[in-house]
Amino acid sequence: MTIMVEKRQLVTPGTLLAEGNYVLGENTFLEDGKIYAARIGLFNSAGRVVSVVGLRGVYVPQVGDEVIGKVVDVGLYSWLMDIAAPYPGVIHASDVFDGSYNPQKDVLSEVFNVGDYVLAEVASFDRTKDPTLTTRGRGFGKISHGHIIEIVPVKLPRLIGKKGSMVNMLKQETGCQILIGQNGRVLVSGRNREDEALAIRAIRKIEAEAHTRGLTDRIRILLEEEKKKGDVDE
Amino acid sequence: MSVTPSESTISSLARKRVEELLGEGKRLDGRELTQCREFEVETDLIGTAEGSAQVKLGKTIVLVGIKAGTGEPFPDTPDQGVLTVNAELVPIASPNFETGPPREGAIELARVVDRSLRESKIVDLEKLCLVPGKAVYVIFVDIYVLNHDGNLIDASVLAALSALMKTKLPKYTAKKDGTVTRKSGHSELKIQNMPISLTTGKIGESLLFDPSLEEEEIMDSRITMTFDSEGNVRAMQKGGHGVFTTEELKTLVSTAGEKTSEIRDRLKELIK
Amino acid sequence: MSKKNEVSFFDGKGLRNDGRRLDELRPIELEVGVLDNASGSALIRQGGNRILVGVFGPREIHPKHLALPNRATLRCRYHMAPFSVEDRKHPAPSRRETEISKVIREALEPVVFTEYYPRTTIDVYIEVLEANGGTRCSGITAASLALADAGVPMRDLVVACASGKVGGKIVLDLNDFEDKYGEADMPVAILPHLDRVLLLQMDGNLTPKEFHEALDLAIEGSKRIYEMQKKALRDSYPIPDEPQEEEVVEVEK
Repeated sequence: MTIMVEKRQLVTPGTLLAEGNYVLGENTFLEDGKIYAARIGLFNSAGRVVSVVGLRGVYVPQVGDEVIGKVVDVGLYSWLMDIAAPYPGVIHASDVFDGSYNPQKDVLSEVFNVGDYVLAEVASFDRTKDPTLTTRGRGFGKISHGHIIEIVPVKLPRLIGKKGSMVNMLKQETGCQILIGQNGRVLVSGRNREDEALAIRAIRKIEAEAHTRGLTDRIRILLEEEKKKGDVDE
Repeated sequence: MSVTPSESTISSLARKRVEELLGEGKRLDGRELTQCREFEVETDLIGTAEGSAQVKLGKTIVLVGIKAGTGEPFPDTPDQGVLTVNAELVPIASPNFETGPPREGAIELARVVDRSLRESKIVDLEKLCLVPGKAVYVIFVDIYVLNHDGNLIDASVLAALSALMKTKLPKYTAKKDGTVTRKSGHSELKIQNMPISLTTGKIGESLLFDPSLEEEEIMDSRITMTFDSEGNVRAMQKGGHGVFTTEELKTLVSTAGEKTSEIRDRLKELIK
Repeated sequence: MSKKNEVSFFDGKGLRNDGRRLDELRPIELEVGVLDNASGSALIRQGGNRILVGVFGPREIHPKHLALPNRATLRCRYHMAPFSVEDRKHPAPSRRETEISKVIREALEPVVFTEYYPRTTIDVYIEVLEANGGTRCSGITAASLALADAGVPMRDLVVACASGKVGGKIVLDLNDFEDKYGEADMPVAILPHLDRVLLLQMDGNLTPKEFHEALDLAIEGSKRIYEMQKKALRDSYPIPDEPQEEEVVEVEK
């Protein structure tokens, strides 16, 4: 039993990670008794599980994910949503109208229209059918203010931080509301554009440097310096 | 753009059965792994063509017609005749063939046959020059697949070679300015090499010569090797979404080479 | 136009027309992540070749009937820019490009875990901007980098290199001149850690013994390029120089 690479080492697809009695974690595969990396990312091992923390990749929906979708089509019985995934999301009219939906009377586009952003939860998805979304529940529904940016979804854990430490710091230091969709869409809404711009700059930096160490400290320094500058300007 | 074909969803049952058989060294049609299907050749069956041949390889039927005329040479080879190969997978040959411009399968077929003929220098293109830079013989090799039961490449190379061996070129008189006029009579097209291709399919770990359609539908990959009369390799083409090991390829280059010389001898018997 | 027997491939010292030894690659530069809009991208310069590859996806497939129920569809286009060669190339896809697109797609198929993304497509666009021989190999080398950059799960990087025969000698990585006037050209693509051959084409004239030699040389050359590929990928994720105490990356959502 041997592990071939160091923890947090950057590995490329095809890199031999371990040989022997290990458990396959994320982004790994087994061939001839050897475990290889399937994706570019950082090597990780915990107990007998070896895995690669991916640095790139698309969002694949999972039931229970909170996502920010954009309405791309309004049909007679459903909305078609772009959820920044290889599969479009569907919100059924019955989800919003509680079964009392009457296509002769109710107009779906009056609820969500093409171009609207909607916060929703993935209700079902089994890869044979496109995912259905639900807006039932607190906080779900149309997003009416703020700014939405897209980041590589595999980097979300870094934006969230340990027990939410990173995103909480961002909220605190910028005074912005930050809502993270599991599909890589992030809603930033603050008191003014400057605050939002600062939060977005910090998020972009986290995305670009997600694979590096000491990121929390660098982000804190960035935010503090920018705030000082702001104070002087005033 | 090349797109993953939808036929790649194959019957797992069929595959299982073929793999079981192959494990015992047998094939669906009872052949040995390195046994090719018997082939027949008929020549001179198209009156309007300058040469023609139909090859039956098992149930696969390929007809090749040769049209010869004159035309301008390519600017980069002003003193050489022109040889072009085209393949049509006509809809009568298979429920999977459609009308319309040639798809990638037909284009690959034509180009592999083209390379097999061209690289083995089957004809001396310089002898097909009438007036350098102005007028040369243009030879069209048109491959018509009439029934698809697997291994179109080998059947097509055999048919193209047979047709060219039987081709008679119309005679022309040519003036210096490049104007040509047809005169009576024909001359033989001289063949200087006899390229024979052998396609090997790979299913699991088994390698089998001359795959049938049933085998083609489940095989992972194929490799075509074309050998000249001296036993040298003149063209190769790997196809399919599977892989080969280097050892397999190195072994094949000798076993396939031997097999093609048997096929060449048989063809010589058939076309006299 | 001169004939083959009038062409000389080697100088007095036995070096090739561009100064290389028999088993020497052309200078190669690889760059990953060069296009903003693509999911993944790469640029390769190999001798006089300059090829840009963009990968899009996995994404929704259109037209829908191309969707496969149990895996992602792989679509691949090898295309030469009109200005990439001496005489302008007509922009419509030629038969040569159609065939090359097919063999490249087939070389990439075994490597990508397409089964992870049923009913989607992964599109690979290979644009040859400048061509000087061996563009399908350079294209494959760059395409697999672009796939990796897109975060597409794959078994290994695919790497390709041609070998062949010129002036009676087996040589590596033929340039356009050697390809045109030499005796044989053999593009090979492999799965490096398993030594599996994914693409093999050949035209020209080789004895079986020369084929063995040429195959070994192409694989050996490919493995050298493989090292460059891995470096290019790592270089596209620069680590800032202040290494600090370990932070745990949370994997769970």
